[in-house]
Amino acid sequence: MSEPLVEVRNLKQYFPVKVGFGRTIPLKAVDDVSFTVNEGETLGLVGESGCGKTTAGRSLLRLYKPTAGEVLFRGEPVTDRNITHMRKQMQMVFQDPYSSLDPRMTVEDIIGEPLDVHHLCANRRERRERILELMSYVGLNAEHARRYAHEFSGGQRQRIGIARALAVDPKFIVCDEPVSALDVSIQAQVINMFEELQEKLGVAYLFIAHDLLVVHHISNRIAVMYLGKIVEIADSDELNAHPIHPYTESLLSAVPIPDPDVTRARQRIILEGDVPSPLHRPSGCPFRTRCRYATEQCAAECPSLTDRGGGHEVACWVK
Amino acid sequence: MTAMSERLLSVQDLHTSFFTDAGEVQAVNGVSFDLDPGEILGIVGESGSGKSVTAYSIMQILADTGRITGGRVLFKGQDLSRWSEKQMLNFRGKSCSIIFQDPMTSLNPVFTIGAQLREAVVLHTERRGREADERVKELLELVGINEPEKRMKQYPFEHSGGMRQRVMIAMALACEPDILIADEPTTALDVTIQAQILELIQSLQKKMGMAVILVTHDLGVIADMCDNIIVMYGGRICERGNAREIFYNPKHEYTKGLLRSIPMVSNMKKKLVPISGTPINMLNLPQGCAFCPRCDAAMKICLTQKPEELVINQDHRAACWMNVKNAYEEATGA
Repeated sequence: MSEPLVEVRNLKQYFPVKVGFGRTIPLKAVDDVSFTVNEGETLGLVGESGCGKTTAGRSLLRLYKPTAGEVLFRGEPVTDRNITHMRKQMQMVFQDPYSSLDPRMTVEDIIGEPLDVHHLCANRRERRERILELMSYVGLNAEHARRYAHEFSGGQRQRIGIARALAVDPKFIVCDEPVSALDVSIQAQVINMFEELQEKLGVAYLFIAHDLLVVHHISNRIAVMYLGKIVEIADSDELNAHPIHPYTESLLSAVPIPDPDVTRARQRIILEGDVPSPLHRPSGCPFRTRCRYATEQCAAECPSLTDRGGGHEVACWVK
Repeated sequence: MTAMSERLLSVQDLHTSFFTDAGEVQAVNGVSFDLDPGEILGIVGESGSGKSVTAYSIMQILADTGRITGGRVLFKGQDLSRWSEKQMLNFRGKSCSIIFQDPMTSLNPVFTIGAQLREAVVLHTERRGREADERVKELLELVGINEPEKRMKQYPFEHSGGMRQRVMIAMALACEPDILIADEPTTALDVTIQAQILELIQSLQKKMGMAVILVTHDLGVIADMCDNIIVMYGGRICERGNAREIFYNPKHEYTKGLLRSIPMVSNMKKKLVPISGTPINMLNLPQGCAFCPRCDAAMKICLTQKPEELVINQDHRAACWMNVKNAYEEATGA
């Protein structure tokens, strides 16, 4: 098998939280997460808010300093030392197209900044040409170059953010909820653009989102997170057709499908209660407090991911 | 009285504008619909389509710059625009309640949940003191909150998003209103919590028999919940009909475009077909059909004349010139 493009091994990201006078306890936002992303593929990462999916993406790129674990890019570990160099290969698109662009910079300068940081252009003309090329990739006109971010709609801003990420010609982009702030009719434009850019440039994505239909559409494989752990990872069609983990099962059944006959006919599994606070995680399996199959073993020990055939990995004692 | 009085709620040619420094924003342009008792009506549209403003206009809770500039809202045959503010205060809460998108900001952070619910109860009913407290407990149980006595003494920050939305629903239902308006009730919530809240609204609707207006941008939620659907764009109604007609037999180019642009099981591995262009600028509405600048099938007439609603069948109406063209071609055999 070919070597994976990005390999995440036992990544942990804890944040200290003050709980009283001089006392802190760790908030385990990401707890022992491992996955791989292959060359040119899209791995979807789904889960509810607070499950650690955004944190996982950010600590992967060392926007946070990971507590433990390692990230390998083409077999080479990503460290604090080589991160500047590594960011030429790995980039990020942020969720909120309104706060992730500097309001005092023109589009040209926003897209040009990574080019300057990494000294990718020899002279002004080359820089200008490269910027215009990037803008055409994402469907922006040359006349937009001298405008400021506030002059654009949400969808167009997201395009600027994507052009900025593409500037260094990366092989891997972490997309953190890139379409969730956009209107439905604009979402499809941006999703199509991600797919077209992948075909053209061969870039791989870690696509973080909470909209399961969008993730199913764009991803080759999907990983499901719950309270800082990956509970299931499988091929995207396989996961949607045959979810094994009880959490994935209920998550998929809770998604309202825009088809009245289908959505009204199916059996919904409604989960009881809320996601527990990551500060007070249940012992053993994190999902056991809301799981209808939970046994004593689930409370005692945390299950780890095991392969159930064909790369379908599940972390569950019961199923 | 005329036949109108049978309707629970009748919105007739409603116009609402906001007067901003940049000019008049015509957020709602001639919206009409009726609501029957026990009906679940979905209003779907993108941001800026005027769906929320329509809801706020019914309740008369527009921002200071907003004003209803035309049309009427009839509640059980009575014109709400002639009601005094005092009568409206009674209408809100007792006859018609609203729950908002963001349960985080709709509750007052400095009062306990119990105090806020008691306020609604005392304001609109005769219950006082212990009786009011009993009612608060009842309401919390109704919306599925465990240990209501403990919860009553807690503040909003001690509750999760889903719990707060339950409290909001309890507050809205305090006086068993005839109409519940839910303005994006689950948009801020996670999928599994969304499923809980939708289930709750559905079961309460069955139990109490109220009518529900569900305002949302999520076609999945609409497909799941609604008997009848109104699709809005640019402050106007594009299309209306029952759920099966809208989803399986859309007759407006915007609705068709929307349904093509969302990922569904049927188009999973195919390219999505997006609606081209950018969302409408409400300061600068097109002269003809609002959707015309983004419509692939636009004709000359779409540029200059607003399409009127055409009856497709008994359960379905759409405002699109394409239907007129098709009907004409059919009639003339062209």
